[in-house]
Amino acid sequence: MRFFKFFIVIFFLVYSNLSNAQDSDLKNEITKNLRCLICQGQSVYDSDSEFANSLKILVEKKLNEGLKEKQIYEYLKSKYGEWILYDPEFNKNTYFLWLLPILMFLIGGAIILKLFIQKKN
Amino acid sequence: MKIKISPFIYTIIFLIIFFVFYKGLQNSNIYTPNLKMEKNIPSFKAKTFNNDKFISEKIFQKDKFYLLNIWASWCVPCREEHSFLTKLNKEEKIKIIGLNYKDDKKNAKIFLKELSNPYDVILLDEDGTVAIEWGAYGVPESFLIYNNKIVKKIIGPINEELLTEIKILIQ
Repeated sequence: MRFFKFFIVIFFLVYSNLSNAQDSDLKNEITKNLRCLICQGQSVYDSDSEFANSLKILVEKKLNEGLKEKQIYEYLKSKYGEWILYDPEFNKNTYFLWLLPILMFLIGGAIILKLFIQKKN
Repeated sequence: MKIKISPFIYTIIFLIIFFVFYKGLQNSNIYTPNLKMEKNIPSFKAKTFNNDKFISEKIFQKDKFYLLNIWASWCVPCREEHSFLTKLNKEEKIKIIGLNYKDDKKNAKIFLKELSNPYDVILLDEDGTVAIEWGAYGVPESFLIYNNKIVKKIIGPINEELLTEIKILIQ
């Protein structure tokens, strides 16, 4: 019985530590994908400005409220616009950005294929 | 065997790359907030200077002008704009609400004692999260509110020119 109680205590300690670590990881992941609007070329995670520190607290609060990563991005997008996100969304301004690598890959592939066929013949 | 790739493909690739980089050059890398967009005021909870609980819906009434001013005693430009806020406070058509941003309460009180208090209500934003609700990113920043909508966003200190503009808007 004593062993069982000891096991339960250990289990809860490990579980709560793991869950805190996961939350902290997610918070870091989110803040790394947010642009510090008053800094030059720094993410919120990297910056120590007042704005970035407030955003870090806010992200933590929102996670504690149960919001998902995407919901937090949407919330911040509604406040500051898409510029706050490092990962640009697929829209009319970013068609080229997203499609160019695929296009280059396809064209490159076609050229290699053509060369390959020519060599074979 | 001579490898022949149509010059047409090269031209197309070149043109696409040129077009993308040319477009990219025109984009600004500096964050320029949208000052003209009318937005509804956010719903938030905060504490007042007297430690009373404050709910945004209770204070912002329709058909009235409000100026929400984000300030702090450690902020030097806030000192510059303070005299203009005091002038604006004399206008009857507008209420000024101060949001004390990441400040020491004692220092904030000294600041107001020294420069006068132009605010009808002062709210506390100890961790800066209320300012984020407003889409602000620093101090000083002000929001002119009418009918529960932000009609003007002012980034930086209020000056004579902006004061005149606000006075015209509230007439």
